[in-house]
Amino acid sequence: MANLIEVKNLKKYFNTSRGMLQAVDGISFNIEEGKTLGVVGESGCGKSTTGRSILRLIEPTSGEVYFDGRDLLKLNESELRKARKDMQIIFQDPFSSLDPRKTINQIISEPIIIHKLITNKKEREKRVLELMETVGLAERFFNTYPHELDGGRRQRIGIARALSVNPKFIVCDEPVSALDVSIQAQILNLLKELQKNLNLTYMFITHDLSVVNHFSDYIAVMYLGKIVEMAPAEELFTHPLHPYTTALLSAIPVPSLGEKTERIIIKGEVTSPINMPDECRFANRCMYVRDECKKRIPELREICTNHFVACEFPLGN
Amino acid sequence: MKDKNNILNIENLVVYYETENGIIKAVNGIDLQLKKKKSIGLVGETGAGKTTTALAMLRLIPDPPGVIKSGVIELDGENILDKNTKELERIRGKDIAMIFQDPMTALNPVFTVGEQIAESILLHENVTKSEANKRAKEMLELVGISGYRVNDYPHQFSGGMKQRVVIAIALACHPKLLIADEPTTALDVTIQAQVLELMNELREKYETSLLMITHDLGIVAEVCDEVAVMYAGRIVEKGTLEDIFNETKHPYTEGLFNSLPNIKDRKAMLKPIRGLMPDPANLPVGCSFSPRCLYATDKCREKKPVPRWISDTHMVECTAYDDPLFHIERGK
Repeated sequence: MANLIEVKNLKKYFNTSRGMLQAVDGISFNIEEGKTLGVVGESGCGKSTTGRSILRLIEPTSGEVYFDGRDLLKLNESELRKARKDMQIIFQDPFSSLDPRKTINQIISEPIIIHKLITNKKEREKRVLELMETVGLAERFFNTYPHELDGGRRQRIGIARALSVNPKFIVCDEPVSALDVSIQAQILNLLKELQKNLNLTYMFITHDLSVVNHFSDYIAVMYLGKIVEMAPAEELFTHPLHPYTTALLSAIPVPSLGEKTERIIIKGEVTSPINMPDECRFANRCMYVRDECKKRIPELREICTNHFVACEFPLGN
Repeated sequence: MKDKNNILNIENLVVYYETENGIIKAVNGIDLQLKKKKSIGLVGETGAGKTTTALAMLRLIPDPPGVIKSGVIELDGENILDKNTKELERIRGKDIAMIFQDPMTALNPVFTVGEQIAESILLHENVTKSEANKRAKEMLELVGISGYRVNDYPHQFSGGMKQRVVIAIALACHPKLLIADEPTTALDVTIQAQVLELMNELREKYETSLLMITHDLGIVAEVCDEVAVMYAGRIVEKGTLEDIFNETKHPYTEGLFNSLPNIKDRKAMLKPIRGLMPDPANLPVGCSFSPRCLYATDKCREKKPVPRWISDTHMVECTAYDDPLFHIERGK
């Protein structure tokens, strides 16, 4: 399949009083049509900024973002508005991403009105009911307000709203992290089913490694604005090459007994993304650090087919 | 179940929130015992009554609307529910301490971390101010923060470091029982691993018993000896780690496990629990889980289940086991 999304050397810098904050610092990746790219990393690694930059919800500093062959960063405002019909986002917090003064019907129909997809009110309401059924919301919620519903149902509204314009691509920014496990599983299954039925392409942003493994075809691991490793999900989990990836994987508490693997506890915490030196960004926490790591920023390179890593001394080599 | 080896003994605890819109039955008669130096995980989803149970142990239920309707909560043989305000002040922070979920709001922004650690030492022990400050600095170093930061304010620390400070405050007076309410939920995985390791180390050092409230079965497997699964204000299953993880009996516990993505088998389909938690102001007549349970029969919907001991350690509260042939099929 062809790539729906191609991102080349995307950068997003923020000017702060203490210096330049390099939130996303030159990352490149592709997403095939109908597939899911999982983006994992800890708070502040730039994963949400990446998702928002691609949709131009925040303006990237530089780079290229091709959607179906067209560079989104070159579009003017009215072209961008049209293009947004094909790309949507589902937010993390279903409590703050829905307008409290609008009913479920109004929330879901808003994008349809903005993009002038259905002008007839009766037909539009029919479409809203159809969408509600798709995401598993009962018809009786049609005229209710978000505060009357629980987190799982609210997240379903967010999904219905994203689907209302028949998008090709959806950025899912931590869509289940605010939900309880039993509800989380319901929403994950729903997103998977929708992908299969509607041939959706996802960028799935999360900090939860077991969720990303379950959900994604490819996974990119981010650390301080850089992609440090990228590979097919299965490959990444079985043969991690970057020391940060192995530490992340070993830090997951596994809900079963008797298969305790040696835990790698990495020391220290993420450093500030402001005015970073030209060295490997993980160097000061890495247990395998050598002098060379402090001399330059390692490039993301393909070690074996489809497996990329940004480390001077990848593990297992 | 009076046992000298128990640090904690809860019997038939009932806590309601009596609001204008009806009575919210948060905790509906739970029994829980914890042996000295052991740790138990209290697992369940939002609204199961985990935090209400913990707050009842500290007598911190907001009143009104919260009311402890009945029950016994014995800490090292003494009933906390009989204590007056003065006595409670001596117990809180000294015999029983709590770590809250969100370290950002658990610390006072206008006091230095040193002052906040020293505060509980000064309150509970007969020491001078300089002695307390010295101990505060030692505690800070013990949780892995350099002693020279004792005069820093909470905002100067990251989330993981703040949680370390909270742990230092909780353990400053060597409590007999530590209650940790989702202590790592707000932290990143690598920091979570650091904090859990630290808690395990310190618990061993001070021989503290631990009640860990969490929704994460992975964390339970890592730090707890025993598990109690809560649903709609009842403990529906409890036992040792082996009992719960390998001999799962309650359909709800089974549902929890099946909802988790399996890190070893990424192709496996998730099997969520259908439906939603019942409204605690309007619980079903029979088993509270019956509307969501795949195995529920009419009997389940009519009759409240009673505790059933399968072994000395393993309890399940499920009517379906009236049928000796009943068993669940936990998806592997």
